[in-house]
Amino acid sequence: MIQKKQLRVSAIENGTVIDHIPAKSLFNVITILGLHKFDNLITFGTNMESQRFGKKAIIKIADKYFANDEINRIAIAAPHAKLNIIRDYTVIEKRVVEVPDHIEGIVKCVNPKCITNVEAVVPKFKVLDKISVSLKCQYCEKITDQEHMVYL
Amino acid sequence: MKNKSLVAINDLSRDEIVKILNLAEEFEKNPIQNTLCQKVVATLFFEPSTRTRLSFESAVNRLGGRVIGFSEASNTSVTKGESLKDTILTVANYSDMIVMRHPVEGSARYASEISPVPIINAGDGANQHPTQTLLDLFSIRKTQGTLNNLNIFLVGDLKYGRTVHSLLMAMSHFGATFTFVSPNELRMPDEYKIYLEEKGLKFSEQTDLNENLDKADIIYMTRVQKERFSDPVEYEKVKNVYVLREGMLQNTKENMRVLHPLPRVNEIHTDVDKNPKAYYFPQTMNGVFTRMAIMSLIFGLE
Repeated sequence: MIQKKQLRVSAIENGTVIDHIPAKSLFNVITILGLHKFDNLITFGTNMESQRFGKKAIIKIADKYFANDEINRIAIAAPHAKLNIIRDYTVIEKRVVEVPDHIEGIVKCVNPKCITNVEAVVPKFKVLDKISVSLKCQYCEKITDQEHMVYL
Repeated sequence: MKNKSLVAINDLSRDEIVKILNLAEEFEKNPIQNTLCQKVVATLFFEPSTRTRLSFESAVNRLGGRVIGFSEASNTSVTKGESLKDTILTVANYSDMIVMRHPVEGSARYASEISPVPIINAGDGANQHPTQTLLDLFSIRKTQGTLNNLNIFLVGDLKYGRTVHSLLMAMSHFGATFTFVSPNELRMPDEYKIYLEEKGLKFSEQTDLNENLDKADIIYMTRVQKERFSDPVEYEKVKNVYVLREGMLQNTKENMRVLHPLPRVNEIHTDVDKNPKAYYFPQTMNGVFTRMAIMSLIFGLE
């Protein structure tokens, strides 16, 4: 028996679907990937029920494929995100994001006395904990945790 | 170390630390050398300092080098809004090395990334002050004859004190046992305790300064600052508790020495000064030898 499931966000012919984004992180993911500057057709839905997250969000970007280091940038906001690579309405590949060892230019350092918050210096962090995601500033050495992350 | 910047104490390996201390010992025996002949060292102090700036300048002069620089930012283009980047790129054209103290945390690491000449961090806000740690290590080794397996008492503000944190990290190379003495508000942060546990080093905590002093090889005093307390009543309660007095040294070990990064306010009573176990003034002299060694190694002396 074929079970028909109604899609809340319409399917795309070619492109990338980013699923399992925590609903509260949707706009952070959009900012990190710079999707607001894209000309591609983009549809997204948020506050959808998810057994794992409570509320999740999904983004579908037509005619766009991401390189690994490009997509891994979203890992600090959506560490459990899953990517479906779509060609001709079919999922041809599934990918997960991986939290990188170092991140640069995505979030601000939590320390107001840090040089990155005083001069035009791109923040750089070493990722200390890939599960709860805590970041150690390479300049002032203070730790920025998930709760205090402000995206650039 | 040749041509490298010195930003943080953990940039140095155990062997590099020992190499610096050995060379500092040589300079102590023969302080007049020409290892910095023809070199210009810039000392950029965006924040006030007595010992650090003068001991760096003394070290350069004793080694035959020349010093340029400023001791406060108020008579420089910083007041016109010049960025640190532009200041560093300019001064790098006038000098072979930059010694910098700056109130902004991480400023030294950033300067080392953009500067064509080596940077020595002489304090970046509450973050790092590696040459202080090296002169502390030198003082400990000189007075104890070794850095290995000593009983180190760290006293005072253990929460915010950058010197105690750096000293703890550096001493952990040598297998020390630590006793932390502080009011509850200013206890050693967990991250340092975890660090010691991972390294398999022993430590204990106490709030009473009078306890166990007979076990100490080194008592490292720091200032308990009023501005660190959210509740002024708490400060009033503890401000006179962490004061070392001469009578408290009575049953301490013969080899025990009292260290302090200075400036002191009232945490070491002046009656301690005349006791032979007081070492905080010779400690400042050691800063000259240690900085002579650091600069010479960065300039490529073997």
